[in-house]
Amino acid sequence: SIPKVHNLQELRRSASLATKVFIQRDYSDGTICQFQTKFPPELDSRIERQLFEETVKTLNSFYAEAEKIGGSSYLEGCLACATAYFIFLCMETHYEKVLKKISRYIQEQNEKVFAPRGLLLTDPVERGMRVVSFLAVSFEGTQLQPAEAPGRLPGSWTTLGDSAQGFLGVPHIPDH
Amino acid sequence: MPPGGGGPMKDCEYSQISTHSSSPMESPHKKKKIAARRKWEVFPGRNKFFCNGRIMMARQTGVFYLTLVLILVTSGLFFAFDCPYLAVKITPAIPVVGGILFFFVMGTLLRTSFSDPGVLPRATPDEAADLERQIDIANGTSSGGYRPPPRTKEVIINGQTVKLKYCFTCKIFRPPRASHCSLCDNCVERFDHHCPWVGNCVGKRNYRFFYMFILSLSFLTVFIFAFVITHVILRSQQAGFLNALKDSPASVLEAVVCFFSVWSIVGLSGFHTYLISSNQTTNEDIKGSWSNKRGKENYNPYSYGNIFTNCCVALCGPISPSLIDRRGYIQPDTPQPAAPSNGMATYGATQSQSDMCDQDQCIQSTKFVLQAAATPLLQSEPSLTSDELHLPGKPGLGTPCASLTLGPPTPPSSMPNLAAEAALTDILPLKDEHVGHQFLTPDEAPSPPTMLAGSPLAHSRTMHVLGLASQDSLHEDSVRGLVKLSSV
Repeated sequence: SIPKVHNLQELRRSASLATKVFIQRDYSDGTICQFQTKFPPELDSRIERQLFEETVKTLNSFYAEAEKIGGSSYLEGCLACATAYFIFLCMETHYEKVLKKISRYIQEQNEKVFAPRGLLLTDPVERGMRVVSFLAVSFEGTQLQPAEAPGRLPGSWTTLGDSAQGFLGVPHIPDH
Repeated sequence: MPPGGGGPMKDCEYSQISTHSSSPMESPHKKKKIAARRKWEVFPGRNKFFCNGRIMMARQTGVFYLTLVLILVTSGLFFAFDCPYLAVKITPAIPVVGGILFFFVMGTLLRTSFSDPGVLPRATPDEAADLERQIDIANGTSSGGYRPPPRTKEVIINGQTVKLKYCFTCKIFRPPRASHCSLCDNCVERFDHHCPWVGNCVGKRNYRFFYMFILSLSFLTVFIFAFVITHVILRSQQAGFLNALKDSPASVLEAVVCFFSVWSIVGLSGFHTYLISSNQTTNEDIKGSWSNKRGKENYNPYSYGNIFTNCCVALCGPISPSLIDRRGYIQPDTPQPAAPSNGMATYGATQSQSDMCDQDQCIQSTKFVLQAAATPLLQSEPSLTSDELHLPGKPGLGTPCASLTLGPPTPPSSMPNLAAEAALTDILPLKDEHVGHQFLTPDEAPSPPTMLAGSPLAHSRTMHVLGLASQDSLHEDSVRGLVKLSSV
């Protein structure tokens, strides 16, 4: 019989057997944070093109908002400068606030849209903003069945798999 | 849950391999051996960390201490010896302004030196494998040389063609304006230069701090110099020049220090003001990337067109947060191909990997390419007995071995084009002699131990890892040796 996915914890466990699809950065507009909206063929069977594009475009718009240069960012910058940047010790920057919004958005999307399709999106901030990676999870080599009770998905989950490789390529212990 | 009858539930097995995060909710007895480590402790770059990861500096900090000493001593002497006289004789505003300037200088200096300049974290093994694969596909068949030609990607930014280079150390394509600092061994975004005086790289995240530091230091130096001279002049009006010098010897020292500093610091401030107004980095300016001399059509694609906007963006634009998350805890990960000799995935993995040198990093990524090429992807589903799983190297399975960088690296066509998660088995067969150029077809190869229903396989992958782990270190060495040999 076909296994059901009950919650994202199981997805996390089976993620070690998952395949990964990476969406790279799009530098055509300069150094601002944007991801390519080109639909990767590997996801063809998993998700509709339009849904994918919409997700990436929304992410791009969030990042554009974070990096927006305008009145409020100037104000923040000048205020910080006036205090010799000591204000950063107690205040959260606008960028950080937007990043939190992005994590919430990604978590929400994973719960509602991607997990039922057997996909998981990782937050680019955990990949050094280099890639948006989709994890396509295979459970027993078959397609995942939609979660029976999406409401049971744990709210605190955001990432999985090699989420905290962090900056690993091959880590070495630095000698102090 | 899978209706796998007799086998132990996956839960127990997976907790042995600790794929769960190291949260306090997990069974702590496994974690007692390793205190949860923070990421800065295993940071691969050549940086020093202090205060449990809050402070980040370059390796060589001697010159930074010199800078600190010079500033502190000179300012200290000024406040101690010159200010009392000047405050009385002229105005008490002098020490106040001096104090504010000093406070500003110290604040910005410490910010510049202690913060993350914009280090780009290195690619995860999966990403590196994925990139390698894409490059190889783009290049067609490899040239067969040990090191493929430098990899570049071209992108058009604002009408200018910009070349993105592949960083062999960090295994990423550097974003535009990023550069790899050889002193810190990191790729830094919008890399300006490595400044030994502040003991850190200057990059995207701390450039404005650096600029404010040298600007305020210029003012402070000029300020101190001017008022020390004033002090000496006023005194010598009363008591004669030589007596004045005798009365306040500190002033001489201050004057000397300031005199020699002024030229360099004011000059540097001016230079960086020019760079900011044209939105260039020191790196770009020195290389002449956007200079007219390269060609009439050459211009800076990052500039906003006018000086005011450029300055505002550089100094008052948004600050992106640090990407390296140095104070975060290391999450225990899915098992790595170089399985550790104990069952504990992450720590063991980092331990064994920590011994690897740079060449091994190359090999490691080659291994991943191997696996990507060799592993029939998880869609296929033969049912294997546990015997086969435990001893994948058995001759019955043939000698599956994807070619290394020497041969055509393209994966068998029947495989979907995905970067496969590391599956352990495929490297191990290499220990059987043939490091040949046989391609692995999905038919021959053992499938990676997928989670199949059925009792012996219920703890398939984990037991596989654990079983292998015991024979592992020896095998790993021989495998590594073979891989090294074949890749040379």
